[in-house]
Amino acid sequence: MVCEMETDQIEEMDVEVLPSMWPENVGTEADKQFNVEKPAGDLDTLKEVTIEETPTIADLTRLPELMNSTQQGSSQLTNLVKQWEYMQDNAVRLLREELKNLNRQREEAEAKELKIIEEYKFESNEPENVPVLDETSDLFRRFRQKKRDALVDSKKIEIYEEFDTVAYWKQKASNLEKMLEASTERERRLVEKLSESLKTMESQSAPVQELTQNLKRAEGFLHFILQNAPIVMGHQDKDLRYLFIYNKYPSLREQDILGKTDVEIFHGGGVKESQDFKREVLEKGKASKREITFTTDLFGSKTFLIYVEPVYNKAGEKIGINYMGMEVTEQVDKREKMAKLREDNAVRKAMESELNKTIHITEETMRAKQMLATMSHEIRSPLSGVVGMAEILSTTKLDKEQRQLLNVMISSGDLVLQLINDILDLSKVESGVMRLEATKFRPREVVKHVLQTAAASLKKSLTLEGNIADDVPIEVVGDVLRIRQILTNLISNAIKFTHEGNVGIKLQVISEPSFARDNALTADTEEQEQNENAIPCLFKKYMQASADHARKYGGTGLGLAICKQLVELMGGQLTVTSRVNEGSTFTFILPYKVGTSDDYSDDQDEFSDMADHQSEPDDTAEGYFQFKPLLGSIYSNGGPGIGNDFLPHKVMLTSPIKLINGFVADPSNNTGQSEMLQLENGGYVDESKLETSSDHCPESAHQYENGNGRCFSKESESCSSSQASSEGGTLEMESELTVSSHREEEKAETDLKETSKPKILLVEDNKINIMVAKSMMKQLGHTMDIANNGVEAITAINHSSYDLVLMDVCMPVLDGLKATRLIRSYEETGNWNAAIEAGVDIKTSETEQVCVRSTNRLPIIAMTANTLAESSEECYANGMDSFISKPVTLQKLRECLQQYLH
Amino acid sequence: MDTLIAQLQRQFRDYTISLYHQGFLDDQFTELKKLQDECSPDFVAEVVTLFFEDCEKLISNMARALDQAGNVDFKLVGSSVHQLKGSSSSVGAKRVKGLCITLKECCDSQNYEGCVRCLQQVDIEYKTLKAKLQDLFNLEQQIVQAGGRIPQVDI
Repeated sequence: MVCEMETDQIEEMDVEVLPSMWPENVGTEADKQFNVEKPAGDLDTLKEVTIEETPTIADLTRLPELMNSTQQGSSQLTNLVKQWEYMQDNAVRLLREELKNLNRQREEAEAKELKIIEEYKFESNEPENVPVLDETSDLFRRFRQKKRDALVDSKKIEIYEEFDTVAYWKQKASNLEKMLEASTERERRLVEKLSESLKTMESQSAPVQELTQNLKRAEGFLHFILQNAPIVMGHQDKDLRYLFIYNKYPSLREQDILGKTDVEIFHGGGVKESQDFKREVLEKGKASKREITFTTDLFGSKTFLIYVEPVYNKAGEKIGINYMGMEVTEQVDKREKMAKLREDNAVRKAMESELNKTIHITEETMRAKQMLATMSHEIRSPLSGVVGMAEILSTTKLDKEQRQLLNVMISSGDLVLQLINDILDLSKVESGVMRLEATKFRPREVVKHVLQTAAASLKKSLTLEGNIADDVPIEVVGDVLRIRQILTNLISNAIKFTHEGNVGIKLQVISEPSFARDNALTADTEEQEQNENAIPCLFKKYMQASADHARKYGGTGLGLAICKQLVELMGGQLTVTSRVNEGSTFTFILPYKVGTSDDYSDDQDEFSDMADHQSEPDDTAEGYFQFKPLLGSIYSNGGPGIGNDFLPHKVMLTSPIKLINGFVADPSNNTGQSEMLQLENGGYVDESKLETSSDHCPESAHQYENGNGRCFSKESESCSSSQASSEGGTLEMESELTVSSHREEEKAETDLKETSKPKILLVEDNKINIMVAKSMMKQLGHTMDIANNGVEAITAINHSSYDLVLMDVCMPVLDGLKATRLIRSYEETGNWNAAIEAGVDIKTSETEQVCVRSTNRLPIIAMTANTLAESSEECYANGMDSFISKPVTLQKLRECLQQYLH
Repeated sequence: MDTLIAQLQRQFRDYTISLYHQGFLDDQFTELKKLQDECSPDFVAEVVTLFFEDCEKLISNMARALDQAGNVDFKLVGSSVHQLKGSSSSVGAKRVKGLCITLKECCDSQNYEGCVRCLQQVDIEYKTLKAKLQDLFNLEQQIVQAGGRIPQVDI
């Protein structure tokens, strides 16, 4: 390194020193020329560089050859020659000028000498009397001195002596002589100088020396510049074989490169490309630059900026290329990084804006859905009002035509209600408002109830089956309402599209590693009409298999979409497999938790009341249910009129079954029957269709009682119902009985099959009191029928036999006291004459046949408010057995029942 | 969470007791509470809702009847007030029941002014009770939501 530095310095000095060697005007020009002539010079100097100082590779034998053969080489030489010639010319010109000057001076001097000589000829006779003039010689000397100081060419010689005197001529002669002397002296000096100059010229301006100097300087300069440059330079012939290469950091030996092409030397990415590029330049004859990335075993992955120019020989033919490469890997990396950064930035910005757009759209969608939900809700409320009012209206006295119209109205209204509920559910789920409840419930009861409900409205000869695996827990935790909704939906679909065979629900536990355990509920259905190609759109909203389907089956097409959404909301999945003519299976899998016993189960589903409602052994462990079609079942058309007021959410569940199908769908039923048989929904048995149901439940067909849909067969599921519907239905029943014409038959049936279960009748006009009393009865393990006034009570007693009557005293239409009197009168006389006299409308013709227990005294207990008008004395006086003061409490009721039952 | 539940439960207990002490409710309401079980978890709320609907209907009936100045159908008012009395005694709405008894007496004695005054009081009273019970139910719900049990309140 130190050594290099030194050479550097030396070279620098060279560079500095050199210009002084040139005559000033020539030197600068030559410099410029040299700078211009760079490329040719490069090659030339490199020869020297490689030889002496650097470990570069160069073909020394080839280079001079190359220099001689190529155009660049020759032009370089010509240049040098020209330059030398120019310098020589200049020197000659200078010398000539000098010579000319000297000649002119000599001529002048000669001319003067001649003149002087002529003058001397004139005065040759005059003796030279120089000694005489001794005293004046000083003066002359002074003169001569003066003259010499003055220019040679001053032609006038001033003489202050008097003209034509001796002194004058003497002075003149001596003056001229001195002038001549001076002139000769000058001439001699000039000649001397000239010869000297010529000598130095000769010694200095030998062309080889000049060129060597020049080259040395260039070489030094180049070496100085190129010493550490990361540059590879080379020359390749027409076949792209290296003839010469310079590389600061060579990784290959000279002999490995020279005479070979790139492809032969290197392997890897980029080699071919560079070869092609060089060839292209060679063919086009136009210098060009390109960036090429090499990936070779030799030096890894590096990017080079390559400059290639074609080389012509003197004849202008291409003989190869010059090539220069510089490594720019880092720069390229940086540049690419920047580009990537910029690109990433752009992409991120684009994504951001995209995201914003999506968010905006989502927000809009949510808002729209929210709005739909709100609107549906807003529509539902008044519509509920309309339907509710219509239902209430249907409980009033109407003629047949009015009733039919009203029923169409109710069923249409209910359809709309159902649709709105569906939309509401769907938009609730989609907008994320839907909240699931986690309550304990009994899956068996859910399945049973769903099937029961479906069976109640079944109009086809289908068998409904429920199959629950033994390992399904008795109680699980989940949102029972929603699960039931899903099942109901699937089953009603199944029933709708299945024309014969079975429809069923299978419930089993499957275990999957991902969930702890899964509750897999399978709804197996046979759907003859299901088309394979319709499956993809099954779960879409408002989609039905075809337009024909919509016409044929009706419905909104929302059901399955809701099911799917609900199942997914619960963390499960709903799938379907289907084969035309073989049926479809909808399967949904839900994760579930087993309810622990200490869980506070505050939210038993309403149908689980039923287990308590029926005073039967708990059938929670039962795993199989079957429901044969109860063909011709009669559907309640107005049951929930009252229930609607205070239990709207429950009515929603039960009313579709009751209302949609009613009379419109089943025109074969006569209106009278239908009205009369509005019992609890599971227990509807039409007298006229008893055969159908009896093959599956033979006794139960006859244990049919008005006012209470109890059925005592083993298949007693069919008599359960929701609290809401039972209440609604029963109340409805009571009011309808007065106009009914078929009750006697029923009574006959009932009486024959009377059981030990006590029958209680509550006569009460106050809904709240009814509700409370009923609830108390339930707690005490009894159910009871309700009559709203004395007349209804009489009618009910006429119909059925009771073990106990709880009678409110103060009632509209017919108060408790009067009613009791009439009942007592009937017991005594065996007829209702007194009642008829009192204006109660009773068909006496039939009463006598069915009156079985008229001889027994029916315990009638008054319920009094302890006011003056309702004194206990009066109660006893009117034939009542006892009284309970209002408000009724559990304790009072229990005591009373203990006293009068059993 | 537990402290929250405990706090809510205490609040619920205090509030219930205060309702009894201030005469809004009587033992019959306790009876109703007994009837509420797993099978009918909302029984009290349902009954009470029905009761208030009844109140509204009956009171408006009576008001309409009393509006016919000079031609008041006291019988109609009487039957309505009887209904209301029965209902209020059934749910244990003590104050309403008491007012109903007074109203009935006014009605029986055809005391128009008394009837109107009493009716106004009944109206105020049942609305107050409604608000109070609403608060009580809200408390209940909060307890349930927090995962707690509704405490048994012994009066």
